[in-house]
Amino acid sequence: MRELSLHILDIAENSVKANAGLIRIELLENTKEHTLTVGIYDDGAGMDEETVQNVLDPFYTTRTTRKVGMGIPLFKMAAEQSGGSFKISSKPCFGTAVQAKFNTDHVDFIPIGDMTETMLSLITMHPDLNFIYRRKCDEREFILDTTELREILCGVPLSEPGVANWIRGFMEENTKAILGGAL
Amino acid sequence: MKTIEELMAIRDKAKEKMTVREDTGDNAIRVVVGMATCGIAAGARPVLSAFVNEIEKRHLKGVTVSQTGCIGMCQYEPIVEVLEPGKEKVTYVKMTAEKAVRVVNDHLVNGNPIMEFTIGAVTK
Repeated sequence: MRELSLHILDIAENSVKANAGLIRIELLENTKEHTLTVGIYDDGAGMDEETVQNVLDPFYTTRTTRKVGMGIPLFKMAAEQSGGSFKISSKPCFGTAVQAKFNTDHVDFIPIGDMTETMLSLITMHPDLNFIYRRKCDEREFILDTTELREILCGVPLSEPGVANWIRGFMEENTKAILGGAL
Repeated sequence: MKTIEELMAIRDKAKEKMTVREDTGDNAIRVVVGMATCGIAAGARPVLSAFVNEIEKRHLKGVTVSQTGCIGMCQYEPIVEVLEPGKEKVTYVKMTAEKAVRVVNDHLVNGNPIMEFTIGAVTK
């Protein structure tokens, strides 16, 4: 995959399939240390220890339409090829945490890409789930929390085009602001 | 800056619209985009947003866009299925955002499936 945002979309879809109600996505960047920590945390069905080990194997999948499951192994590879690290922990009935650390100054670091499109795909395709997106760059950060938006919207779905446009604008402006205008 | 007030205005406008919207229910055309690892890696995300944006731009009623997992033919991703009640399912393969716009115009608006983009034409 060409962008980390596509990996994040893919991993978050696993959370959706695990019947999560709340999915938290965090991108924490430290420009002095040249590190980026990406976390995807859900409150879905979770996995036992054996299954957690299995998902790291590209030839394991719960799917029946094909015999391989590349999502987690590809994300892990993206982190490790930048000299970073990868961690997954899960507990049945409590949820799953996926965390990957990247070295942003490494030649094999894949660009973050379009996180706005990733969040919009997730939110508009799963308007009944809640998402919390947190993006931090050094001391500046912003949060998009669909539970808060839902309170304001009083029943108007998050997939409503006008609402989706507002979210797009909100994310683009804030991302620009915390990155100091340079995307 | 996007403000909460703006969001409230969008909400009020949407509420007005919702009360007059006719029930699309069972007659809806469904556009289904494959969004598993294979689909996403092949470029399904821009295809999905192209469908959503073009349908919104043309104010098409009775069309829903949704996503599904792996359809099982990863080499032909991004795959899009168009399901119309009473008609045979049309499966588009190797989709792009540009092709998605054409599918909306030719197929969804005018009712002419674009045969050259379908799985039948590509696998021949």
